[in-house]
Amino acid sequence: MNSILAAQSVAAVPTAYVAPEVNWAAISPLVIVMAAGLLGVVVEAFVPRRSRHIVQVVLALVGLVAAFVALVALAVDNRTVTLGGSVVIDGMAVFMMGSLLIFGVLGVLTFAEKLGGEHPDAFTPMGAAIPGSSYERAAARAGLATSEVFPLVLISLAGMMMFVSAGDLITMFVALEVLSLPLYVLVGLARRRRLLSQEASLKYFLLGAFASAFFLFGAALLYGYAGTTDLAGIAAAVGAPTAGLEPLLVPAILLVLVGLLFKVGAVPFHSWTPDAYQGAPTPVTGFMAAATKLAAFGAILRFGYVAVEGSRWSWQGGVAAIAALTMVVGAVLSITQTDIKRLLAYSSVAHAGFILVGVLAFSTRGLAGVLFYLLAYGLTTIAAFGVVTLVRQHGSEATNISQWAGLGQRHPIVAAVFGFLLLAFAGIPLTSGFTSKFAAFAPAVESGTMGTVLVVIGVLASGITAYIYVKLIVIMYFHDAPGDDVTVAEASPLTTAAIAIGTVATVVLGFIPGPVLELAGRAAELIR
Amino acid sequence: MSNLPLLTILLVLPLVGALIVAFLPSAESAKRVALGFSLVTLLVGIAAASQFRLNSGEQFQLVEQHSWIPQFGVSYALGIDGISLTLILLALVLTPVCILAAWNDLENEPIPAEGRGSRRVQTYFALMLVLVTFMVGVFAAIDVFLFYVFFEAMLVPVYFLIGSFGVGPRRGYAAVKFLLFGLIGGLIMLVAVIGVYFVGPGGADGFLVSNLTGLSIDPSVGRWLFVGFFVAFAIKAPMWPVHTWLPDAASAARPATAVLLVGVLDKVGTYGMIRFCLQMFPEASSWATPVVLTLAVISVVYGALLAIGQSDIMRLIAFTSVSHFGLIILGIFALTTVGGAGSALYMINHGFSTAALFLIAGMLIVRNHGQQHIEAFGGWQRVTPVIAGVWLFAGLSALSLPGLSTFVSEFLVFVGTYQRYPVAALIAVPAVLLASIYILWMYKRTMTGPRPELGRPVADITLREKVVVAPLVAAILLLGVYPALALDPINPAVETTLEHVGAVDPAPSQATGGER
Repeated sequence: MNSILAAQSVAAVPTAYVAPEVNWAAISPLVIVMAAGLLGVVVEAFVPRRSRHIVQVVLALVGLVAAFVALVALAVDNRTVTLGGSVVIDGMAVFMMGSLLIFGVLGVLTFAEKLGGEHPDAFTPMGAAIPGSSYERAAARAGLATSEVFPLVLISLAGMMMFVSAGDLITMFVALEVLSLPLYVLVGLARRRRLLSQEASLKYFLLGAFASAFFLFGAALLYGYAGTTDLAGIAAAVGAPTAGLEPLLVPAILLVLVGLLFKVGAVPFHSWTPDAYQGAPTPVTGFMAAATKLAAFGAILRFGYVAVEGSRWSWQGGVAAIAALTMVVGAVLSITQTDIKRLLAYSSVAHAGFILVGVLAFSTRGLAGVLFYLLAYGLTTIAAFGVVTLVRQHGSEATNISQWAGLGQRHPIVAAVFGFLLLAFAGIPLTSGFTSKFAAFAPAVESGTMGTVLVVIGVLASGITAYIYVKLIVIMYFHDAPGDDVTVAEASPLTTAAIAIGTVATVVLGFIPGPVLELAGRAAELIR
Repeated sequence: MSNLPLLTILLVLPLVGALIVAFLPSAESAKRVALGFSLVTLLVGIAAASQFRLNSGEQFQLVEQHSWIPQFGVSYALGIDGISLTLILLALVLTPVCILAAWNDLENEPIPAEGRGSRRVQTYFALMLVLVTFMVGVFAAIDVFLFYVFFEAMLVPVYFLIGSFGVGPRRGYAAVKFLLFGLIGGLIMLVAVIGVYFVGPGGADGFLVSNLTGLSIDPSVGRWLFVGFFVAFAIKAPMWPVHTWLPDAASAARPATAVLLVGVLDKVGTYGMIRFCLQMFPEASSWATPVVLTLAVISVVYGALLAIGQSDIMRLIAFTSVSHFGLIILGIFALTTVGGAGSALYMINHGFSTAALFLIAGMLIVRNHGQQHIEAFGGWQRVTPVIAGVWLFAGLSALSLPGLSTFVSEFLVFVGTYQRYPVAALIAVPAVLLASIYILWMYKRTMTGPRPELGRPVADITLREKVVVAPLVAAILLLGVYPALALDPINPAVETTLEHVGAVDPAPSQATGGER
């Protein structure tokens, strides 16, 4: 044992430090987003308060669009392993980065919504103030605004992009923290129901830190097992195990997976989801539901498919059980909810289970299906939470289901859009929800009996969730409004654009999914 | 002319109509445009029928095939055989009739306080036209995935037609029940749809019915797949014990919606059994036959008995349909050419007959201030003698009076079933007696007796209603005296299907011996 470690430490110390080669073209989108985020911090410090909001919004949008352009122009053709193996730009990374950038643009659009007021509507003027304190009132009077949400979201996005392209466990862990920390702050910045928001933030932070610890512990064990944190190196070690170290492997994999499954909100690691979704400012919820889920699945795919695929027979049973549990618990608990944000949170838990079914197919087709699912689900989700921000009573969001009664008669277009998005969540054909379910489930059926059983559980669970979506539609269309004070706020072009893009994508990916499926199919390759 | 994609036109035309109708400013013009579009669609349907050749040798005609989602193996593939042609024509004939019948459905509605309900008429008729697209699509699809898409998408307009435009306090409940039953059936089918692709040849057109016919499937896999499809179709048909959504839906729906629902949409269940269950899984079909026949016989008797006990006219008609659908399924799974042809013909006849029952019931209910209870009527033949006459006619067609179209099909079903499964046929035959009880007793309770005290003049049948009823009466009579009109296209299609199943008609001498 000692001799092994000694041999490794000898090998690990290079004779002279050689800077790793950096393929700047390949990582340019990552760099641009991070740079835009850091620039946003500078803006926060030096630009006068009056123009800060507009500068931040423009900077964020320009940064994201530039990153997207860089992605399409440079990164797509530079599929490579760079930065000494810690960043892998392969098909999956490119597709996921592209999806994340799209979510980022839509997220920034909804973050910037002012609803006719002077400041972004969703965010508190002073996050550090005690709710209801005179300090908070003073901050509001002074016209403060938390325009730092834009750099925060950019930094989080950079972390997510790094997460899906991480080539070793250390990078993955750093990315996990870079993406999580800004989110913890963002969750606590809701303008209304401050206490709920701060509680959500604290819960998310504590449980998230806990999950990170699991991840780190697992990574340490894996290092002990493989002698490297490099995913490809771990894969090699799994293929040719060292005698005496095998017992480390399965606990290590499970610990890492716990950390990652926490982020996707899989049962039993989902308990933060409803609280964080409910307490967070609604645009943040939408962004988080779309982007965090995608990024975490990116890491799961990379870890599961690249690093430890060789030993999957020893751990996929456990993940299958988690997938089944996630679908059933998410579906059953969603039908008992009375708050729309909590309802969508549980529905996102159920969807995480559906996606896991696709992950467990362990095939290129499964990978493509998951990529498609994550993109389509994210677009629908951002649009759905965008609609939630608009329905209001007495100036704050009307998130109780009963407040939505009669919306169909009074605001037919808003209700129709939301109803359509709900049908997509339910997986009705001719919506992207159906296409993505098919894309994730078909490879699972192909993969064998376990996959088929999971798919059967999956369709039954979607039947259950359909009940609550339909109930919402019933409430919107067939119930009478309780009073006249529930209104739909006049959305600015920003939110309107985000909702419209999400909804149109839901339609298009339902009717003509071919091109995007083709794209996902071509992207479904991992550099191992 | 022959190069026109007639089936696609049939799909697109009502959809275009729905869009136009939805955005028309005035309710009155919306109705007219909707009616116009339904008539033009019917004309296109007749044009398609004129292109259809009997005994062409191909299973499907007027085929259009384009790649839709090659990654999934999905094609946009349409085509018709005799069974789907007649069902499409049934749908297209019933649509203008229903639109005309629904003309004044929303006339006396209380306008919502906000005054936002002003576009309800447009929405109502637009939804009906959307439904036409899905009805045509579901019968014309020859790609399993495409069929599934129409099968599920169809639920949405019906859901709104019942939930938003239906009658009675329980319409929301009925709509949700309808949707959930349909959705769960559909989701179970989805697993089978995915599964069938992987037992097939795969590839970019792996979902084509023709590519999934005649496969040698492992029996245990094939049976699971069969069950997946069959459950969805049994719910849709509806078959005992998964029929419970139908009476609720029918009594909460407007008569026109009920006609499209029971008369056409539910046929998707029985049609699917022929097209998909029998054709793709012949081995599993014969394996399941004893269970299916048992359930069908239970449906026949149970539906008839419950129909006798109903006090709500619409529910009564719904239960008669449960009974009739049992007979249709009986004929299908008898696996004889006579039984199959009888069932396919029965689907058409039942459509016209149920349409007549529902629509005339609707006329009566409107005249009775929306009362659906049979007790609320009585002696109405002295008030509205003409309506009473056509009501009796429709009733007689439902109990299969010889000379009317339903008699032919019921007779064929019984003969076809008896050839192979005499016991099942013998148990089902008394349902005819039960049918005369529920129909004649209903007629007696609604129409005969002393003249009711209505306190106001009640008009007899109006010109619009005459136009509604006339095509139905004509169709029932025509198909009664000249069933070959429908049987000629149906027969080859049934024979082709039974060839796929590998079923050979039992010789007459053996039939009497009860040989299986």
